[in-house]
Amino acid sequence: MSGISAGIDREIPQKPDGRFTPFDQELNLKGKICPYTFIESMLALEEMKPDEVLRVIVDYPPAVCDVPRSLKNEGYEVLQVGSINETDWAIVVRNKEVE
Amino acid sequence: MRFSQAQIHRYSRQLILPGFGGKSQSKLAEAKVFIMGAGGLGSPAAIYLAAAGVGTIGLADFDRVELHNLQRQILHRTQDVGLLKVDSGKKTLESLNPDVQVQVYSERITWANIREIIKGYHLVLDGSDNFPTRFLVNDACFFEKKTLISGAILRFDGQLSTFKPHAGGPCYRCLFPQPPPPGTVPSCQEAGILGAVAGAIGVLQANEALKEILEIGKSMAGRLLLFNALGLSFEVVELRRNPDCPLCGEQPSIRELIDYPLTCQA
Repeated sequence: MSGISAGIDREIPQKPDGRFTPFDQELNLKGKICPYTFIESMLALEEMKPDEVLRVIVDYPPAVCDVPRSLKNEGYEVLQVGSINETDWAIVVRNKEVE
Repeated sequence: MRFSQAQIHRYSRQLILPGFGGKSQSKLAEAKVFIMGAGGLGSPAAIYLAAAGVGTIGLADFDRVELHNLQRQILHRTQDVGLLKVDSGKKTLESLNPDVQVQVYSERITWANIREIIKGYHLVLDGSDNFPTRFLVNDACFFEKKTLISGAILRFDGQLSTFKPHAGGPCYRCLFPQPPPPGTVPSCQEAGILGAVAGAIGVLQANEALKEILEIGKSMAGRLLLFNALGLSFEVVELRRNPDCPLCGEQPSIRELIDYPLTCQA
């Protein structure tokens, strides 16, 4: 696990990101680990309207890379990934255009 | 469909499959699958369908669990000997996954009740151990336009196919127009069966059922799998619709269910 974490640490944003992307719904997944972070994000998107934007909050470092990658593989558009404080990250993703 | 945290955990390893997601899981929850026989084929098939979260499973079998069943019929345990197989099966499936509703049919399935029973299901799995039942199930599925996942096993060999003549493919009678005369084909009681062969074919029946429910992959309709355990070979041959099929052909001679006698050699 330590090797994987080291690889991810190099990629994930470590400082708060000042940009603000508007969103329609927020999902707090603090305390959740993979793959549940991705699954719950996807299930939330499936319940949302086409084109709506979801902001997912995670505090599990591997999720910061895994969730956006898995969402992209499923055809979702990831708008933003950024650190929001010392412990949490936000992943902003747009729902698919058609259901 | 909203999923509980327990359901998200339970199904997580299939929810993350490409293209699966909550919609596929909901389709499984809404699916109703009828399994003919809670024996060597029906056991592994039912277990994997229940584990995957198929919402309703119908189990039909009028037999009781016997000690010699346990070598391959993995729905049942030693302490279940003497119970109706459907009751033992229901207990196993519901303890594996409480999301699943198990409907049991311990009466003999005949021409008089089968159509009414399978009407309420989307899909039928045949795990029966005799030809009269096999033909009855095929014919009933034809008349009710139900997709049939058919499995058969003997000694070290197994076969599997999907029949959906309502969608253009062949039916079981296109392959075997009539049951063999009694006594010409040995039964499992005479010929023996390796338990793992039943497991392999039953699990593949579950696999095909899940594909049909989710409308993914390549259906086994129009194809027949031939499995041999000793050489560990899987061969797939094409099946064509028989225009002279007595059931689904151009001039069918069978217009209603036939009550073939269940003989001891069947």
